[in-house]
Amino acid sequence: MPINSHTLRSEGEANGMTEKLVIIGNGMAPGRMLEHLLEAAPGRYQVTIFNAEPRVNYDRIMLSPVLSGEKDFEEIVIHGDGWYIRNGITLYKGHKIVAIDRAAKTVTSDHGVTEPYDKLVVATGSAPFIIPVPGHDMPGVLTYRDLDDVNAMLLAAQSRAKAVVIGGGLLGLEAAAGLRMRDMDVTVLHVMPTLMERQLDPAAGYLLQRAVEERGIKVMTKANTKAITGNGRVEAVELADGTVIPATLVIMAVGIRPNSGLAKDAGLAVNRGIVVDAGMRTSDPAIYALGECAEVGGHVYGLVAPLYEMARVAAAHLVGDDSARFVHNDTPTKLKVTGIDLFSLGDFADGDDRQEIVLRDASAGIYKRLVLKDNRIIGTVLYGETADGAWFNDLKKKQIDISEMRDTLIFGQAYQGGSPLDPMAAVAALPDDAEICGCNGVCKGKITGAITAKGLTSLDDVRAHTKASASCGSCTGLVEQLMSLTLGDAYNPTAVQPMCSCTGLGHDDVRRLIKAKGLKTIPAVMQELEWKSSCGCAKCRPALNYYLVADWPDLYADDYQSRFINERVHANIQKDGTYSVVPRMWGGVTSSGELRAIADVVDKFEIPMVKVTGGQRIDMLGIRKEDLPAVWADLGKAGFVSGHAYAKGLRTVKTCVGSDWCRFGTQDSTGLGIRIEKFMWGSWTPAKVKMAVSGCPRNCAEATCKDVGVICVDSGFEIHFAGAAGLDIKGTEVLGLVKTEDEALEHIVALTQMYREQGRYLERIYKWAKRVGIAEIKRQIMDDADKRKAYFDRFVFSQKFAQVDPWSERVSGKDKHEFRPMATVGFKEAAE
Amino acid sequence: MNWIAIGSIADIPRRGARCVKTPQGKIAVFRTADDQVFAIDDHCPHKGGPLSQGIVHGAAVTCPLHNWVISLETGKALGADEGAVRTIPVKVEGESLYIALEALASRAA
Repeated sequence: MPINSHTLRSEGEANGMTEKLVIIGNGMAPGRMLEHLLEAAPGRYQVTIFNAEPRVNYDRIMLSPVLSGEKDFEEIVIHGDGWYIRNGITLYKGHKIVAIDRAAKTVTSDHGVTEPYDKLVVATGSAPFIIPVPGHDMPGVLTYRDLDDVNAMLLAAQSRAKAVVIGGGLLGLEAAAGLRMRDMDVTVLHVMPTLMERQLDPAAGYLLQRAVEERGIKVMTKANTKAITGNGRVEAVELADGTVIPATLVIMAVGIRPNSGLAKDAGLAVNRGIVVDAGMRTSDPAIYALGECAEVGGHVYGLVAPLYEMARVAAAHLVGDDSARFVHNDTPTKLKVTGIDLFSLGDFADGDDRQEIVLRDASAGIYKRLVLKDNRIIGTVLYGETADGAWFNDLKKKQIDISEMRDTLIFGQAYQGGSPLDPMAAVAALPDDAEICGCNGVCKGKITGAITAKGLTSLDDVRAHTKASASCGSCTGLVEQLMSLTLGDAYNPTAVQPMCSCTGLGHDDVRRLIKAKGLKTIPAVMQELEWKSSCGCAKCRPALNYYLVADWPDLYADDYQSRFINERVHANIQKDGTYSVVPRMWGGVTSSGELRAIADVVDKFEIPMVKVTGGQRIDMLGIRKEDLPAVWADLGKAGFVSGHAYAKGLRTVKTCVGSDWCRFGTQDSTGLGIRIEKFMWGSWTPAKVKMAVSGCPRNCAEATCKDVGVICVDSGFEIHFAGAAGLDIKGTEVLGLVKTEDEALEHIVALTQMYREQGRYLERIYKWAKRVGIAEIKRQIMDDADKRKAYFDRFVFSQKFAQVDPWSERVSGKDKHEFRPMATVGFKEAAE
Repeated sequence: MNWIAIGSIADIPRRGARCVKTPQGKIAVFRTADDQVFAIDDHCPHKGGPLSQGIVHGAAVTCPLHNWVISLETGKALGADEGAVRTIPVKVEGESLYIALEALASRAA
């Protein structure tokens, strides 16, 4: 029923419910604001977000580790799609707001969506500053701002070509280090005499330059870019002094400027950024601005800590707490390049009224400088050893008079009070209100308190409950020390990530010990490997069940109660508790008889939804659990078997029509796809496996984003693997070229078996391949014929026990209890 | 208490559950590895997922929709999540199982 918007608004004012909050932008600041808002007043606002980027909220600070390959995109997602759904938030991905109508209180997106608001939050962020030199708009010139930029850089890095990074600040150096780790030849151009001159004094800038150069990155300071040259795309960067540096990729990282155009067009007060008061309100009382686009007290901000503070203040105002105020604070700067420790804070310019304390240790590469005024710290630069950063920050923030400890101040906290202390004591000596996580403003007491009160034992737990170390991660060491202090020996930071809280062992150890000790049942594993819980949990039991199925196909009796519901009832559970059913259509090929049988089943069981899947088959949704066996019985009569659309196992083999029909087809791709599917169906794998066979390099079956894919060519079959097209998008790696269909099948089966034996439960092929190395997989599957044959034989052996259609088994009465209620009670009495 | 017979303990697999349909909605009856029996509403406090379809471990069940872990003894969500589901008294006499539906009994009387 449509609700009159006027009614809605007045109700909202009356009872504090359902006001409409629209947010423009979905970066870290508005994301954090929503977290505060949902905590303080869940359900108060009906929230709609417009995000110009086509994705969810992710941790932008962590783009550098994604660029360098130290993290995956999914590891830096802050709010996954589920978060928006759970919180009833409408997120328009890829919608850029083009107009704000303040009179009508609406916003309109470039796709024509118009949304009314009671309160509007502008969080449009910032845009990279582009130096307007000739050639700045040529293909090959990129900025470093979002995931699209990172993906473009990664694509360029594949060519192993030359990159020039313009800008020797925080972003530029992180980009350079990332590209260098991707094996590119990288030169950094910086217009000033030393790197990061806004955060570092010249001495630290020099040490930093040396460390950067040791990583194989060339650095040119006082380098003034005159032009970017090339014929249709970038070929070189030309400097004012005439130097020409060849380059196929140019990254501009010279700074950012607030995105305030939209606000300006709407008539809001705009200076460098959108002008807001200390409560984050713009010149229009119904509109707030926060993040990098906002200007408060004459400052605009780019580091995350003040942006999160803005988020806290804005959220407080949105729930009616007008006392919250944003206060300017210096934020420490840290460089996220692995192996370079750098910390800077506050003001460190020389001055008559200032003194400094400097410590240099050239051989250890350490430089520390404290700038003092009136016996108080006003600035700190630490290079090479930054452990005391938090302590100096605390002294500065509280304006503590340091005259008593002046002689030993520079040596750090451990040297105060006479005797040198062990490293842990420095952390122990920090006061409870000392800030540990600058990004999220989390102090020591909050962390230790949460560890004790909530019984937290892992870093992930601490991140979940306190947010400490959950953004840039540079305080992870401190947080771990706090955990050691609080938990004592119970915390072991160097241990591998355990499978779950039932064991201290990681997946690889468990797999190894299952083989080594000949463990053949779940209770045996739990007994021998000293499980801490009586019967495991929902994380370890399905994993153990898979490992035992994979390792002892002939001896292990599948533990039905350790399978997730979908694999227990061989259908996919839906949000309302009904199920969906997908029969196999070999290679995506069907017939009139099959389609007729499906149509009859749909009619007979009044199935509400029939949908064609991405894997070239047909999905019937909304089937009641009690009806499943009867549905399968009818499908079985038409020759259908389970499509395993629910399984951590072989799902589909997509095909194109190949040489039988297509004028470009080079091989019988349909035939090969069907052959692979008939050979491999029923096999269990660590995570789902999707395959495809394309008949020519035009690749109509989209084989190059699958777990395993084949591209047919005139000379044979090019086998691909380790692609992804879900949460991550990743093109496949080439395993190799083989001449015949038989060889193609043998190689694919051997590869899958290697993955079955080594993969961690729920780890897709592309992640497994990344872990063990593409070269190692090629060596074992392509180059070592004996190994390949052994893998192939083991797969064939396990299929003897796996290729049983689970649907026909259940039609014949297996697990009957699963599909019937135990009893029906009470209806008669209630009716009386 | 008005005890209603619902069947035998052997009807439920160990580390498993079965449903009982009542006018108040489905009730999930669980049997743990060590033959304890619990009954709770078949409705996760998070998004209403059918708890009877979850994996049973110790005296807890993990909801099949979004992995909330619910204590079978208290009905409360475990871990960082907060929420609770109604627990229903169960009686085991020999092999036979009974549940008590208070509200239902009073309505019938």
